[in-house]
Amino acid sequence: MGKAKKKPGALVLTGYGINCDYESAAACTGAGFETIRMHLNDLLGDGKRLFQNRLVVLPGGFSFGDDLGSGVAFSAKIRYAEAALFDLVCGYVEKGGLLLGICNGFQILVRLGLLPATEKSYGTQEATLAPNREGYFVDRWVRLSVDKSSGCVFTGGIKTLDLPVRHGEGRFLPGSKQVLRRLERQTQICVRYCDPEGVPTEEFPYNPNASVAAAAGVCDPSGRVFGLMPHPEAATRFYHHPDWTKRRRLYEKERNVPPEYGDGHLIFANAFEYAK
Amino acid sequence: MEYRRIEIAVKPALDDPFAVHTEWEIRSTLGLPLERVRRVCVYTVYSDLSKLHIRQFAAEVLNDPVLTVFSALDPVALTLGTFAWAVEVSFRQGVTDNVGHTAAEMLRTMFRLPEGSVNVYSSTQYLIDGDLTREDVETVASEVLCNTLIQEIDLLDYGEFKRRGGFFPKRRHFLSSHMPRVARVDLHIADEELVSLSEKRVLALSLDELLYFRSYFDRDDVKKEREAFGIGADPTDVEIEVFAQTQSEHCKHKIFNAEITYRENKNTERISSLFRTYIVSATERISKKKDWLVSVFRDNAGVVRFTDRYNLAFKVETHNSPSALDPYGGAITGIVGCDRDPAGTGIGSRIIAHTDALCFGDPYHEGPLPPRMMHPKRIMEGVIKGIEDGGNKCGIPTVNGAIVFDPSFSGKPLVFCGSVGIMPETVCGMPSHDKRVSPGDIIVMVGGRIGKDGIHGATFSSEEIKESSPVQAVQIGDPITQKKMLDMLLEAQDRCLYRAITDNGAGGLSSSVGEMALLSGGASLEIDKAPLKYEGLDPWEILLSEAQERMTLAVPPDRLSKFLSLAESRDVLATPIGEFTDSGFFCATSNGEPVCRLDLDFLHSKIPMALEAEWEPPRIEMKKPSFPDGLGQALLALISDLNGCSREPVVRRFDHEVGGGSVVKPYVGKEEAGPADGGVISPLETDKEGFVLSCGINPFYSRLDTYHMAACVLDEALRNAVVCGADPDRIALLDNFCWPDPVYDKKKTPDGKYKLAQLVRACRGLYDTAMAYETPFISGKDSMKNDYKVKDHKVSVLPTILVSAVGIVPDVLWCVTPDFKIGGDVIYLLGCTGRHLGESLFYRKFGGGSRDVPVVDTERNMRVYRTYHGLLKRGLVASGHDLSEGGMATAAAESCIAGGMGAEIRLDGLEPGGSGPGGVTQDCGALDDDEALFSESTGRILVSVDPSREDEFGAFCRGIPYARIGTVKEDKRLTVFGRSGKRLFSLDVEELEDRYRAPLYGVLGMKRA
Repeated sequence: MGKAKKKPGALVLTGYGINCDYESAAACTGAGFETIRMHLNDLLGDGKRLFQNRLVVLPGGFSFGDDLGSGVAFSAKIRYAEAALFDLVCGYVEKGGLLLGICNGFQILVRLGLLPATEKSYGTQEATLAPNREGYFVDRWVRLSVDKSSGCVFTGGIKTLDLPVRHGEGRFLPGSKQVLRRLERQTQICVRYCDPEGVPTEEFPYNPNASVAAAAGVCDPSGRVFGLMPHPEAATRFYHHPDWTKRRRLYEKERNVPPEYGDGHLIFANAFEYAK
Repeated sequence: MEYRRIEIAVKPALDDPFAVHTEWEIRSTLGLPLERVRRVCVYTVYSDLSKLHIRQFAAEVLNDPVLTVFSALDPVALTLGTFAWAVEVSFRQGVTDNVGHTAAEMLRTMFRLPEGSVNVYSSTQYLIDGDLTREDVETVASEVLCNTLIQEIDLLDYGEFKRRGGFFPKRRHFLSSHMPRVARVDLHIADEELVSLSEKRVLALSLDELLYFRSYFDRDDVKKEREAFGIGADPTDVEIEVFAQTQSEHCKHKIFNAEITYRENKNTERISSLFRTYIVSATERISKKKDWLVSVFRDNAGVVRFTDRYNLAFKVETHNSPSALDPYGGAITGIVGCDRDPAGTGIGSRIIAHTDALCFGDPYHEGPLPPRMMHPKRIMEGVIKGIEDGGNKCGIPTVNGAIVFDPSFSGKPLVFCGSVGIMPETVCGMPSHDKRVSPGDIIVMVGGRIGKDGIHGATFSSEEIKESSPVQAVQIGDPITQKKMLDMLLEAQDRCLYRAITDNGAGGLSSSVGEMALLSGGASLEIDKAPLKYEGLDPWEILLSEAQERMTLAVPPDRLSKFLSLAESRDVLATPIGEFTDSGFFCATSNGEPVCRLDLDFLHSKIPMALEAEWEPPRIEMKKPSFPDGLGQALLALISDLNGCSREPVVRRFDHEVGGGSVVKPYVGKEEAGPADGGVISPLETDKEGFVLSCGINPFYSRLDTYHMAACVLDEALRNAVVCGADPDRIALLDNFCWPDPVYDKKKTPDGKYKLAQLVRACRGLYDTAMAYETPFISGKDSMKNDYKVKDHKVSVLPTILVSAVGIVPDVLWCVTPDFKIGGDVIYLLGCTGRHLGESLFYRKFGGGSRDVPVVDTERNMRVYRTYHGLLKRGLVASGHDLSEGGMATAAAESCIAGGMGAEIRLDGLEPGGSGPGGVTQDCGALDDDEALFSESTGRILVSVDPSREDEFGAFCRGIPYARIGTVKEDKRLTVFGRSGKRLFSLDVEELEDRYRAPLYGVLGMKRA
């Protein structure tokens, strides 16, 4: 037997109110990554650590309590802290690293202009995640349809995804018609909220926040930076689904065994396939 | 230093959902002719920064180029068009302003400024259109836009606004001119004067306690000792405050530990401490049979074994009075504060779940309210928002809860907040639940700064709140400060950087250090070292402050520098403020001067109180209910009643999945529309094990007999846990009492003896039931003054017990949910249905009167629960649902709604000789159809079963009462046949669902999903 190949590394950021770091790390590990959780301040002190990893995750949470708007303070910290972390992040992505922002992490990437980056340069905010049109935080499961023509590394080969949303500010608004046009043309809107039949929709509650173009998540033109409002890391097991006991009954009826994984696992598994 | 304003508003072409919601609130609350509300976020910056810098900060950080417009000079409002009125709401000086703090932190980051160089104060401006008078707008401001206790308003009409160029920046910096000092208290005064001293200082000490305190200072040995230490013979104000705090009802639970004389039917009985006699002794006896109890009643939370390697710590607190004053601040402080209990248990745990139970007045209340009573709907909105932010922002899933509505809760809402933590069995080679402190360990305070927040919180009552004292009265929790602190403490724990930890709750440092001092044998505090929010606090205030988000730790001296540098690297404030000793004394100095020196044994001595209780069964008018529209309409009325309808809109706003271990969510099924009986999570630390959190609460039964109320809620908590998948033999309980004042007083509380008798009976109910089920109590709390009294108007809560359960699920794949699954599945009712309709939802709704409160048959119920658990293990249950309020009919309706299925129910299945396989299996007495449908007998579970496995199911159920009562249908109708075989009603499940889900969406102004 040869020496086992070293597992690709995943770095999951923590600190200042990020709160999905444990399960995001578990999802990375579950997909095959060698994972570490790292506090933002530690990364600010040692930004080169980024380059030892193939996947960097900005998990969900309420960084700085969303006090100034979601992701505002955390992105300001990345942008203005002395360590020039923002430049390092750009460098990491340009060198082929994967970057995933979930919920609050997505909001941070959008604020930083790492997404959607329709003009292929990072740093200018082109869109926003505004308060949900219904005006309140909502935790419910949604169905996403995946744009199979998108070049997003994380969603390749997936048709639909059932995932939970848990946010108060998730309404994707492009800054202009031009941005929206480029997003469509470059197939960057890789996941869309859809109705039970799989048709993308702007109708509540299937689209829980009235996102424009039903966008639940977008990638950058390279396909390596991906952000989404729903939480794949909270849907990695069969029993995470709100209707799993019904599905179990149906599997039993057909004398089949239920699967082990939930839909969210596929996102991390895709990242691993790409990274390994 | 200068004040400058930054204003941000949503672009005129885009929606502002918060403004739209405010519009709805104003319309629905006040019915005023309102046209439109717009909203502006205002930041008042106090700094040396130039206009240019402030503008840059506004443009690059605060403004969202896609969503908002901003101004750092002229008011942004004038660029948005005209309006009739502008109202600006700001926090009063000294009130926690989380948004302001974060803005200041970002300003410092952006311009690399030192701590303290910048302050930012947030306000919200509302631009109101409509034909409103100044008076109208003032009403809008005080009834909807702000809470005048903690916030203040400025008001301008459009003309004035334009003329003045908007609002001027206002001085907001909290400055105190008070020079801190230590006063002496002369106790050698007449008894009446002592009593008035206690009242004046809000000490809440009785004369006996004051005399006891005085006698200590009269002891010769004490005198000599004090002289030697140069502290002076008379007590300082620090000492009397520390003593009062330690002896307070809140800390010592005097009523629960009182000597009680209980009279019933001319028999007299003496009970020495309800707590010891009933609660602790039940657990002590049961613990001999349960090897999974790890730490009970000792620490901030109870600890039970979970898996081979992990334990769970569970605590439930109440935060009622603060929530009556400021619903948002009260609730968020309640839940975030409760987290510090498990986090401060043993060596500390990681918080992974929340549960909350809320009791409100009638949100539809119309008509005038007595002074200082907020409308129940407003209380409800604020409390829900507080729980939402407290859980969501800390990243802790709210997995279970309950909401009860009754007018008796309009004076004080009940806000029960529960929190579960997980801890490895051993940490740094030591059992994690043990708390050790060595003499020489450094006392380190971690977290927020100290202000006047919550001083005398334990004794503060609503009548004493004055316009001038908002800073003390209300606290607002800061989830992010706490999150940062708890994250950092887990890292410190991993690196073994401290020895012991506890939270700063009621009584602040005086309690936390005072309690930890018992472990080493003494403590010596340097009060002046404690970090303050602002100057001007007296030493006793620093010791007693209940400022939030603080923990107290014992750090060995050789690990101190590592601990402090870790804290610094995580932006967490940590300050050494003294050391633990073995001197036998609780000592404190201020600027080197001794200000407190109290013998620890004396400080913690027990001074029992004597109370009287007298039980007389209440008189109940026996009456049949009247439901002229028939049973089908009655069912629709029950499931759309405030106490029967879906809590889903509330649950949607609580993140119940963060943490990644959600197995059974609060609402389950196809559209997540059906209520689960408890929440199950499987933490990341485990493989297949999980645990259920569930609860039981039913204050209505207290109108009949609190003994049975207590037994029923315990049974309900247990049953809910079992239904989800918990092993009935591995369930631990917490009891939380919320009582009206039970201390007899001729004028204030003439019915005190009855209320105390209710308390005694409730304790007995809990004891008997827990002993029979062998379910130990591991923690609990009591809150004894849940009355509202202003002038002659008194509202007392119904005596209420919340029993919370944590039950272990050996394998989460065994879990079941209530939703009916497939047409053709067979419906069974496990357990016995009796005529238990007294104070049932059905009788309350339709005017029935009965003494028949459900009586818990523990032996039979436990047989049912163990059998049911066996069925789950064998995969024989497709759906399972607890029967509680509204009985079998509402349970069946909920299972239909959850599954999006129909059902046919035949009540003759309940009859002796009914259709159950294996012959007669249930003979619990003949009932009328309405009784069979709506009885609230305990111990019952509605299940559905795969028809191909019915024989196996029936064979396994031998030995328990059960009945085959129907089948699941695909056609989405719920049809019920009476015992005579006649069709009673057939309801469209979509109509049921609509009626079930609508009410609270309406109350909260949320769009229906």
